[in-house]
Amino acid sequence: MNLGDLLEKLVRRGRLLSLITLALMACLVLADIIIPPDYVRFPWDGIGGFAALLGFAGCAFFIAVAKGLGVLLVYKPEDYYGEEHEHDPPSADRREHD
Amino acid sequence: MIDWLHPSLVLILGAAVLPLLPTGLRKAWMVLVPVTGLAVIFGLEPGEFGRVEFLGMTLVTGRVDELSLVFAYVFGIILVIGMIFALHVKDNVQHVAALTYAASALGAVLAGDLVTLYVFWELMVITSVWLIWRRGTEVSFASGMRYLIVHALGGVLLLAGVIVYYQTTGSIAFDQIEPASAAFYLILAAFLINAAVPPLHAWLSDAYPEATVTGAVFLSALTTKTAVYVLMRGYAGVELLMWLGVIMTWYGVVYAVLANDIRRILAYHIISQVGYMVCAVGMGTTLALNGASAHAFTHILYKALLFMGAGAVIHMTGKSKLTDLGGLYRYMPWTFLLFMVGAVSISGLPLFSGFVSKTIIIEAAAVEGRGLIYLMLLTAGAGTFLSIGLKLAWFTFLHRDSGLRPTEAPVNMLVAMGLAAVLCFVIGILPGPLYAILPAPIDYNAWTIGHVLKELQLLLFTGLAFFLLLGFVGGKNKIALDVDWLYRGGGRTAALAVRDRISATNARFRHKAMDGLSAWMARIKKRHGRDGKLARTWPTGSMAFWVAVLLASLLVFGIQQQ
Repeated sequence: MNLGDLLEKLVRRGRLLSLITLALMACLVLADIIIPPDYVRFPWDGIGGFAALLGFAGCAFFIAVAKGLGVLLVYKPEDYYGEEHEHDPPSADRREHD
Repeated sequence: MIDWLHPSLVLILGAAVLPLLPTGLRKAWMVLVPVTGLAVIFGLEPGEFGRVEFLGMTLVTGRVDELSLVFAYVFGIILVIGMIFALHVKDNVQHVAALTYAASALGAVLAGDLVTLYVFWELMVITSVWLIWRRGTEVSFASGMRYLIVHALGGVLLLAGVIVYYQTTGSIAFDQIEPASAAFYLILAAFLINAAVPPLHAWLSDAYPEATVTGAVFLSALTTKTAVYVLMRGYAGVELLMWLGVIMTWYGVVYAVLANDIRRILAYHIISQVGYMVCAVGMGTTLALNGASAHAFTHILYKALLFMGAGAVIHMTGKSKLTDLGGLYRYMPWTFLLFMVGAVSISGLPLFSGFVSKTIIIEAAAVEGRGLIYLMLLTAGAGTFLSIGLKLAWFTFLHRDSGLRPTEAPVNMLVAMGLAAVLCFVIGILPGPLYAILPAPIDYNAWTIGHVLKELQLLLFTGLAFFLLLGFVGGKNKIALDVDWLYRGGGRTAALAVRDRISATNARFRHKAMDGLSAWMARIKKRHGRDGKLARTWPTGSMAFWVAVLLASLLVFGIQQQ
C-alpha cells in the first residue's frame, strides 16, 4: 500500500480519529490536574488545564483580532496595488526549465 | 601554505566556476561545493583568522567562537539542503546567487569587525535580490526592487553607524556596542531592518512570497538569522528588544491568519519566530541567549522545510493561494507528510525540534519572573500552530477537493525535504548535540512531564478552537495591507493627493495674487496713467495748497533739527 492510500484510509476514519484525540485531550487535562507542577513561579502555575485554556482562548483571540483588523481596516481587493498575480505554469517554470 | 581557509571563499569560487560547467557536471558541482563549504565550516577552530590591513585598520575576516559557529554550522547545512532542493533548476543565475548569498551570510557571522560585516552585509543584499527577480514576473521584479531599496537604506544606516562608531571610539571591533550613542542607534536600526522587526518588516512579507520556489528557501534561512546573530553580538540585554520581540511574535501570527498566499503565511511566521529570538536577545541572560541560538538553529531547518513544502506545491500546481488549493494529500502525500514535520516542529510539538528550542526561551522568561512575556510567548505558540499546523496544512492538503491533480514533487525536492525533516525529528528527540554547540554550557531539560503536558494541551486545544471556528479561518481572496502601504499603494496615493492639493492651492493662490496685482495695477493706472487723475493738468489752487504743505513740513522738521 502506498502512502497516498494509507492517508486516504486515515482521512476516511477522520471521525474516529477526532474522538480519540478528544479523549486524549481529556486525559491530558486530567493528568495536568493530578500531577503537581514542577515549579510554582506564577499564580497560574498550579491551575490544572491552564495551558489547554490558554491554547483554546489564544486561538480564538487571534482569529477574532485578525478578522476584526481585516474587516475593519486592512482587507483590500487583490488588485489594490494594481498588480495581477499570474500563476506559474505547473512544473514548467520558464526560468527553471529552459 | 594556507593556514586558514574562509568558507565563504570556497563558496564564491565554486559559484564562479558553476556556470562554465556542462549540465551533468553542474549538478554534481551544486552538491559538491556546499558539501565542501560545510566540511570547511566543521573544520573551523576557535580563534581570530584572516587578518587584512586596510586603510590603517586591521580587518578580521574570520572570528570563530561558540556564537559564530552555531550560525555557521546551520548556514552550511541549509545550503547543502537548499542546493539539493534546487537541483532541477536550470537557471544558473539562481545557483550563483544562492551560493554567493550564503557565502555573504557566512562572511557576516564570521566577521570580527564592523567594516568586514558591512561589506558582507551589502553583498547579501545584492546577491539575494536575484533569488526574487529570477521568478521572472512583473510582480517579483517590483517586489525585488522594493526589497533592494529598503535594504539599501539599511546598508546606509549601518555604514553611517560604523563611521560614527569609528570616529567616537577609534575602533572598528564588533562586540557589545556601548548604549546611548548615535552609532548605537544607527547600527541598531540597520540590524532591526534585517531582523524584520515591525514596523521595519514589510520588505520580508512583501518579497519572500514572490521569490523563486527554490530561492525562497535560502531567503527564509539567511538574512533574518544573520540579523539575530549580530543583535546577539552587539545588543544582548537591551530591554527594548525584549518588547519588540514579543510584539513580533504576535504580529506575525495575526497577519498570518489574514494571509491567503501560502508562502506569505510562512513569511509572516518568520517574523513571529524571529520575535522569539529577538525577545531572548533582549532578555540577555545566558539561558535566553542559548535559547536564541538554539531556536535560530532549529528555525532555519523547519522553516526551510516549510518553504520547500510550499514551494513544491507551487511548483507542481502553479497555485499559491489557499482559496485555489485543497485536497492535495492524495496526490502529493510525501510532500504533505514532510511539510507536516515542519509544521509540528515550528509549533513546538514534543518529538520535534521547535519543542527543544522554543521552550528554552519561554523558560528563560519564567526564570526571570517575567510573567507577561511568558504568557505572550506561550500564546504566540498557539497562534503558530493555528496558522501553520492547522490553517495552512488543512486548506492546502486536506479540506475540499480543489480539482487539482498534481503528481508528487521531483525526487531531489523530496530528498531535500527528507533531510530537513530527519534533522527536525532527530533534534527533537535527541537535543544533546544541539545543546552541546550552544554559546554557553546549558543546564536545561525540555523533556520534563510538565513541559510535555503543557505543550500538548496548548496545541491540542488550539486545534479544538480551530475546528470549532473553521468557518472563519479559511483564506479570502483579499490582501491584507501592511506597513508597506506607506510606500506602495494607499500611502503613495495619499502622498500624491497631498502633492496635488498643494499644487492646486499654490496655483489658486498665484491666480488670486495675480488677479489682485492686476486690479492694483489697474487702479494705479487709473490714477497715475496717461489719463489718470495725477496726470491731468492741476489747477493753480492745488499747487498753492501743496506748496503750503511743503513749507509747513519744512518748518516742522527745521524746528525739530534746531
